[in-house]
Amino acid sequence: MPTVVVTMMPSVAEERRAPRIVGVEFPFGHAFGMPHDRAMQRGVLELALRLLAGASAFGTRVDFDLEWPVPLREAYRAWQPKEPSPIVKKFIEARRAERH
Amino acid sequence: MEVDSYRFLPRSFRPLYEGRGAFAGESEPVWAPFAKRLADSRIALLTSAGIHLKAGQPAFDLDGERARPEWGDPTWRVIAASTEPDAIGVAHLHINEDDLLADPEIALPMRGLDQLVSEGLVGSAVGEHLAVMGYQDRGLDDWRRTTAPAILEHLRAQEADGLVLAPA
Repeated sequence: MPTVVVTMMPSVAEERRAPRIVGVEFPFGHAFGMPHDRAMQRGVLELALRLLAGASAFGTRVDFDLEWPVPLREAYRAWQPKEPSPIVKKFIEARRAERH
Repeated sequence: MEVDSYRFLPRSFRPLYEGRGAFAGESEPVWAPFAKRLADSRIALLTSAGIHLKAGQPAFDLDGERARPEWGDPTWRVIAASTEPDAIGVAHLHINEDDLLADPEIALPMRGLDQLVSEGLVGSAVGEHLAVMGYQDRGLDDWRRTTAPAILEHLRAQEADGLVLAPA
């Protein structure tokens, strides 16, 4: 099945040998862009589809040339879950136990 | 421009992803050529944002993950292309769900794809798109054995010509 991956971590997708890659410098959870921004979402989807259909070789990567329109610190905070995930909680607790 | 793959990632997570290369046994290129014109093709979408239908579908198993933090629910959900945004729920402990609930198109652009179909850029969309929850155990055993083959079978039954994967 021909695939294209739209990802915030295109260099990781390259390392893991994805065949066609669209890179987006967007916060996690937002592969196609800002909520309700149809133009941005369309831009990403159209790029992905053109790459899916038109890439001629394995490993083709195109990065979407758009800066996230929210200041970095705010966007970084906004994508994260309201409480740490179980695995992160476990790491935090292990680190605390090491200190004591 | 070149995307900075670590711009939004906490600094301490970076070594978990960077420089690890391919998964064992997966270093050789796998290439499925896209044979048709896009305008004659049927396209499917897959998100890993933990999207599910609030009615009639179980959410992804978050209690199981809380009990076993290294484990993530490897099951998958079918999301009908006609699903209204307010019928969609999100079960994912590693991202904030507020924007996804406000506009699921940011992860699963079903309306956006329909628009491209109506303009003739894309031939058609499958009737049933796909959703998984992206936090998985590192071995991916359930994925290799069960989830991926089942998803592939579903896509073939839907006569999909290509798949847009969108990790969350």
